Amino acid sequence: MDSQTQSRIESLIQSSPIFVFMKGTKLMPQCGFSNNVVQILNALGVSFETFDVLSDPEVRQGIKEYSDWPTIPQVYVKGEFMGGSDILIEMYNDSTLKEKLEIALAS
Amino acid sequence: MVQPDAVTSAIRRAIPDAQVSVEDLTGGGDHLQVSVVSTAFDGLNRIRQHQLVYRALREELASEAIHALALNTSTPN
Repeated sequence: MDSQTQSRIESLIQSSPIFVFMKGTKLMPQCGFSNNVVQILNALGVSFETFDVLSDPEVRQGIKEYSDWPTIPQVYVKGEFMGGSDILIEMYNDSTLKEKLEIALAS
Repeated sequence: MVQPDAVTSAIRRAIPDAQVSVEDLTGGGDHLQVSVVSTAFDGLNRIRQHQLVYRALREELASEAIHALALNTSTPN
């Protein structure tokens, strides 16, 4: 990944307390896994920003290297990688996600 | 697409004690639900646990032989 892509990724992650790299948009997710994450965050009523990796091949590849995580979606909270769809679903089901997000948003 | 057995062997090469179950969600061999149970996950958070499995399947994911992978990791009871 070139340094320009890396700094773009870093500024995206910092642009919102909850930031999601996904396929498609909040209103039109293009993948079931990305849709899962959007639905969970909507259900918790938190505000979040997204980036459509399908619109940018460099970010799509770069984000996988950035987090050493080979799949999309990827959720970042306060700049820290929190997981993909499976982990978000698990954290939603065991109620740890709501708590983590509330703490992150309050700080 | 990949054969479920190939997924199991790739994971076991990286995580020898892994108990792996692979479910083919669509019948097409590229949308998989994989559960892995191993003592190697002991003390690791979920991100690290999933990274161990992703690393074992690096080639299959990078080539999109596996297009979608739903993953569940746990330690033996």
